Amino acid sequence: MSFNIEALRNEFPILSRKVNGQPLVYFDNGATAQKPQVMIDALNNYYSFENANIHRGVHSLSQEATTAFEAARTKAQVYFNAAKSEEIIFTKGTTDGINLLAGSFGRTFINEGDEVIISTMEHHSNIVPWQMICDERKAKLRIAPINEKGELLLDELKAMVNEKTQLISIVHISNALGTINPVKEIIDFAHANDVLVMIDGAQSVPHMKIDVQVWDCDFFVFSAHKMFGPTGIGILYGKEHLLNKMPPYQGGGDMIKTVSFERTTYNELPHKFEAGTPNIAAGVALNATFDFLNKLDWKVIHTHETELLDYATAELKKIDGLRIIGEAANKASVISFLVDGTHPFDVGVILDQMGIAVRTGHHCTQPLMDWYKIPGTIRASFAIYNTKKEVDKMIVALNRAIKMLR
Amino acid sequence: MTIKERQDEIIDEFSIFSDWMDKYEYIISLGKELPMINEANKTDDNIIKGCQSQVWLNGQLENGKILFTADSDAIITKGIIALLIRVVSDQTPNEILNNELYFIDQIGLKEHLSPTRSNGLVSMVKKMKLFALGYKAKTEN
Repeated sequence: MSFNIEALRNEFPILSRKVNGQPLVYFDNGATAQKPQVMIDALNNYYSFENANIHRGVHSLSQEATTAFEAARTKAQVYFNAAKSEEIIFTKGTTDGINLLAGSFGRTFINEGDEVIISTMEHHSNIVPWQMICDERKAKLRIAPINEKGELLLDELKAMVNEKTQLISIVHISNALGTINPVKEIIDFAHANDVLVMIDGAQSVPHMKIDVQVWDCDFFVFSAHKMFGPTGIGILYGKEHLLNKMPPYQGGGDMIKTVSFERTTYNELPHKFEAGTPNIAAGVALNATFDFLNKLDWKVIHTHETELLDYATAELKKIDGLRIIGEAANKASVISFLVDGTHPFDVGVILDQMGIAVRTGHHCTQPLMDWYKIPGTIRASFAIYNTKKEVDKMIVALNRAIKMLR
Repeated sequence: MTIKERQDEIIDEFSIFSDWMDKYEYIISLGKELPMINEANKTDDNIIKGCQSQVWLNGQLENGKILFTADSDAIITKGIIALLIRVVSDQTPNEILNNELYFIDQIGLKEHLSPTRSNGLVSMVKKMKLFALGYKAKTEN
């Protein structure tokens, strides 16, 4: 199949706008991806013609909204190949999902003296919730090391696993480095040692299709907005038997079966973990996002993004004094770099003047930046709709910025 | 010159720049020329940590006026600091507290003072006013 990039780009209205008088080159996909028209239309249509609260009204509008919202759950189940739709828990996003897991799983399964393993390359959202729960439960948080290329030291991680280990919570693709971790191998090893695994898929979902049963991961979290969907909604996937053993995380409406002042009984999965009115509009828009995602040919996209990554890496390396941070053998289309004699912030400001959106700073991975002894990086993260022509523009702009700044 | 006069002078200077490149080249040159802060004043108390770059700011009272010195690891931030110092340094605490800083907006650098830039500049303006408040309290007691 040939890849019609122009037709794909046309589905994203924002890609035709100008920023600071220049056509937008959007290379901050790692922070959030742009939105296709079908998703925007669904959101608009929901508020215009479908708005009602779900799971409670007998009136038609409420039932329609419930159907549209629950359709997103079913589509998510099919898309990620979960065994049951009850294993799909709606959250606010990745951070919320990890906090739910730390709060609920943590207070049930993590006890004094137990251990949780994360890695050096984690985002703050896969560090802080575990620090908090380990503090509370008097457990130990252990950090699996990486090498200079930004690759996980798998043998050292394996050596950390012992009878006290309850969970390995690890990022699939590093947001700051682009490293793709060998999650399947980690999961298999963990399971052989009776250890559970949570995979942070925030950065994976825009680049590939994931099958949770092939991985056999116990938990998987991501945010919809990073995979071309709406903000404010994400998914925590968990194996049914584990979710059933976990207590509710927040109390309120929707998560209960019966309430009296003496005793409350809880609702079943997935509603047990979804207290209060959810982000219905986002759920409906996520439903439309899955329709968009289901039309994509991920094999073709992989080829396209690999070409972009290789091309951009080669072009960037031609720049004098440019250093790429994160050179793992297995990488997603994310490039972090530094340029001698310039500060990432300054480069970001100048690129912005030329219409190029990159991320600069520590990418919410301060321990990782400390490990590299750098204040932060400039990060270009590509998505399905980016082109080599845009990479060329970034290189021209970058050379201009360096000339101004040095 | 009053704080207002100094701001108007900067606005006038910037009005000749026809494009962003000239403007930023000027800011970068100001950043490069900013006199070094005394290393001894780069204390933890004087550091303002932004998400992107960090700023050091020191204020010293001399003859009833505050003299500011500063530094940053990012050159554009440093250039904007140079402008802020030009406006606010060598003024009395009262003048610093009673004047609005409107020039940043007027010379088209508003985004640098928005919280989203997280470069420490917003906190820096706050810290300048804090120095003024502190010295005001000291001199009036």
